[in-house]
Amino acid sequence: MTMHLDFSSQGHYLIALLPELVLSAWAMVVLVAGVSKRMHTSPDRVTDLGWLSLLGILVAALANGWLYGVTEVGSSAMVAVDGFRLYANWILLTAAGMSVMVSIGYVEKQKLQAGEFYGLLLLSTVGMMFMVSARDLIVIFLGLEVMSIAVYAMTAMNRRDRKSAEAGLKYFLLGAFSTGFFLYGIALTYGAAGSTNIAAIAAAIGDGSAHTGLLGFGVALLAIGFAFKVSAVPFHMWTPDVYEGAPTPVTAFMSAGVKAAAFVAFLRVFSIAFDGVYAQWWAIIWWLAVLSMVGANLIALVQVNVKRMLAYSSIAHAGYLLLAIVSNNGTATAGLLFYLFVYTFMNIGALAIVMTVGGQAERNQRIDDYAGLGWRQPMLGIFMTIFLLSLAGFPGTGGFIGKIFLLQGAMDANLVYLSTILVLTTVLSYWYYLRVAWFMWMCEAPDADAHVGLAVPVPLRLALIVGVAVVLYTGIFPGSALELAQAAAESLTSGGFLLLGAL
Amino acid sequence: MLDMVSYSDWILHALLWLPLAGLAHVLWTPAEHAKTVAFRWSLLVFVLSIGLWWAYDPAVGQGGFQLESTRPWIAAWGVSYSLGLDGISLFMVMLTTFTAPLAILGSFNYIKNRQKAFYALMLLFQTGVVGVFLATDLLLFYVFFELTLVPMYFIIGVWGGERRIYAAIKFFLFTAVGSLLMLVAILYLHQRAETLLGAATFSYADLLRLPLTLKEQLWLFGAFALAFSIKVPIFPFHTWLPDAHVEAPTPGSVVLAAILLKMGTYGFLRFLLPLFPAASQHPTVVAVMLTLGVIGIIYAALVAAVQPDAKKLVAYTSVAHMGFVVIGIFALTTNGLQGGLFVMISHGISTGALFLLLGMLYERRHTRLIEDFGGLGRVAPMLATAFVITGLASIGLPGTSGFVGEFLALLGTFETHPLVAIFATTGVVFAAYYMLPMLQRIFFNELDKEENVAVEDLSRREIVILAPLIALMIVIGVYPAPFLERMEPSVQALLERVEQSPNSVLRLGVDELGLGVSAAPVIIPDESNGFPVMGEMGDGPPRGLMAVR
Repeated sequence: MTMHLDFSSQGHYLIALLPELVLSAWAMVVLVAGVSKRMHTSPDRVTDLGWLSLLGILVAALANGWLYGVTEVGSSAMVAVDGFRLYANWILLTAAGMSVMVSIGYVEKQKLQAGEFYGLLLLSTVGMMFMVSARDLIVIFLGLEVMSIAVYAMTAMNRRDRKSAEAGLKYFLLGAFSTGFFLYGIALTYGAAGSTNIAAIAAAIGDGSAHTGLLGFGVALLAIGFAFKVSAVPFHMWTPDVYEGAPTPVTAFMSAGVKAAAFVAFLRVFSIAFDGVYAQWWAIIWWLAVLSMVGANLIALVQVNVKRMLAYSSIAHAGYLLLAIVSNNGTATAGLLFYLFVYTFMNIGALAIVMTVGGQAERNQRIDDYAGLGWRQPMLGIFMTIFLLSLAGFPGTGGFIGKIFLLQGAMDANLVYLSTILVLTTVLSYWYYLRVAWFMWMCEAPDADAHVGLAVPVPLRLALIVGVAVVLYTGIFPGSALELAQAAAESLTSGGFLLLGAL
Repeated sequence: MLDMVSYSDWILHALLWLPLAGLAHVLWTPAEHAKTVAFRWSLLVFVLSIGLWWAYDPAVGQGGFQLESTRPWIAAWGVSYSLGLDGISLFMVMLTTFTAPLAILGSFNYIKNRQKAFYALMLLFQTGVVGVFLATDLLLFYVFFELTLVPMYFIIGVWGGERRIYAAIKFFLFTAVGSLLMLVAILYLHQRAETLLGAATFSYADLLRLPLTLKEQLWLFGAFALAFSIKVPIFPFHTWLPDAHVEAPTPGSVVLAAILLKMGTYGFLRFLLPLFPAASQHPTVVAVMLTLGVIGIIYAALVAAVQPDAKKLVAYTSVAHMGFVVIGIFALTTNGLQGGLFVMISHGISTGALFLLLGMLYERRHTRLIEDFGGLGRVAPMLATAFVITGLASIGLPGTSGFVGEFLALLGTFETHPLVAIFATTGVVFAAYYMLPMLQRIFFNELDKEENVAVEDLSRREIVILAPLIALMIVIGVYPAPFLERMEPSVQALLERVEQSPNSVLRLGVDELGLGVSAAPVIIPDESNGFPVMGEMGDGPPRGLMAVR
């Protein structure tokens, strides 16, 4: 029996938000467990907290799966129960789960406060999940803040590391600044359309009752707010410093989770609420995409720190993903979801190896520290090579299928120039991804004991295996993941159509 | 039970995937046995592939694909795992399966460390190349086309000479630029197919039916041609080649020259001409391609003549030979196309053999400089004989494989573009000018250096490697008929497609209207997105005429 939600009673929201509620409650449990049992004194207990968080993520994932049996009536409630949101939730829960797995060894070694670390990680995931489920700008804003504040704290979590504190402060200041833009954008949009509800905004634009000038400013400010969060050039200034300074597991979590949540909300707001004024905003996003792809790929060429290089690579990927927003069609939407899904695995995987080479600390991050790694640690070398090839979008990996997906969306929207820029900047990216591969395999290790006896904690090993398996599987047999993404994208627009019909 | 699954059903899949099985076996084998295991697998693949010679029947199917099989791969996008063989790919596949075991055998002494990884990459490379030659789905083709880059990148970069990393990354980036633009073009075709044919497809057969305007064809031709021209390589895109060839280890150079370059010219024959016939016949395009081909022939020959490094010299001869292929193809005559294909085969055999021989010289003397040798003919007569025969085959002496190909290519070119043929023919003279002095300085001058006195003659393993290559050079040169008759139907079909497909009507129509052949493509800015796009389609083939006017 399928359950129908029409949101006539508040209780329906409890059902619709079940995964978020489960995860919030679990975060409290983890927090309490972290302080009550003197976890920080016993390494085993610290590890247990990690597994406990992972269990919570699994339970939330079960709840998310259960929601597939629930249908919503209409599509104007504050919270969406559509395939689009549920697919996005898979991405976010995967990002959280992978991050927890790669964190366990690091948190123990660095003696971070485990209860707070995992608790914040789960809370921030809840914030992300609110962002992707929201059909109301205010709910998106709340989700954004829950997510961001937790991530600010996680960035500055390593109190013994100056760079971590610096990164936290930078992220906080610039994040607060961008939040201002975002909030002002919401206010202006509300002023223009008379509502913060996405469906109502779309309707107001549709029947011409929205104030054009105000709306234009609102759209522009919201675009800036989102551009900050997805770190598109020229709003990317915080990214390299924060990604480099944050504890590496936090970098992994941010680069996958925060980006995914921001992009999904970005897409929902722009392609549903602002679909009627596409002609006014597509050029903004077009330029953001071009600047991000060209700028980030150029700057990444000269990076000598692998973590910082991956930060610029993440900005470049934001550029590729912005193609999906400009394309504004079903194929592109599905491509965005698929790409974010694969990106979660390949980016967290690559950063997990950075973490391992650094000995679960912030060491050995220069590219020449990787010299000879491949022959000393063949499995790590092969895994890193696969992750890098996938980031580069090379055939046989999920990254390739994702890129094709985005390009198809762009082709459907007749964006031939943008597609050409994407592939040309991809060639630039080959240089810096392959450079790591050449240090790993083509240079000799500096001394006899380099890379010998690198500890690979079991959960991290598990995450690497899962990551490589998914990257290769989605690259070679993408069929099922791809069709799921397409169905999810359709549910987004079909909801929109239903709404127009109802009005 | 056995006859239910006949040779023609499984052979293409076996050729494609057996090297990967070999790869797994190599990885499970102790390092000291890796080379023999890899050799046996590649030999097995070659032995299996011999049957293709008879399984492919030139008398049926008017030169179309045979042994075809198709299975959906990514159904949502209409990508299929589909393989097929025609009179063009037959030779490319057999060249690959024939060269691979010899290249592996030729690396037994050369590759001393990290053997498992090396032989695993060689087998991975073989799968990629066979996939390129067999794929009849454009996305599948692209996947294999790119897949060959990774093993070659590592083969050059890990086992290469002093400047190996520079050469490896240059090779990778050069070829990637072209192929990524081709990817955009492939996706554009896919998108047009969805609109015009009403089906998502990457299938070669379906995309051939796609009506395209001249303007679209020229753009797409540009993207495909760039990818293949870099791979071939055609002047001025050839600069990666000397670096890659010289720095690569012997077996790497062998497969680069014998197989990898053919992916480019194969792409011309398989995709470029049939998919974009009007663009391929466009006088400006033909003129540009022929000119670049002739420049390649003459320029590369002159550069080769002054190289002090024998390996670099041979590397440049590849550019010259590929020039003959290009003029043969763009002459758009049966003789020219057959000649081009024939040069591809004979270049694969003779240049592959030259690189093997240079590797053997290098193993003996640890130098590649021509001036370090001299008089080797006296101490190593068999080596000298093999080298001289191969060198003469390479420059196209009558009675060797090189002659047949170059002669046909020039003949075919002369039929339509006599001036081009005349210039290109000088290339044959220049070929003697670079090859014969090298042979003389290495093998026939005074034996005046002490190190050269102790040079050993060919070992038994080396004879086993060279004998089949030399035999083939002479057999093909003396009796090319079985080769020609197998390629002819497919070449004819290709030519017919270029001249008579709905897409080639464009240019013929223009001629009939007396507009002359100078009608340049008109690029109309399309305002739909504020940026010029490739152009709009009508709904029938001859409408392209409008775009030209």
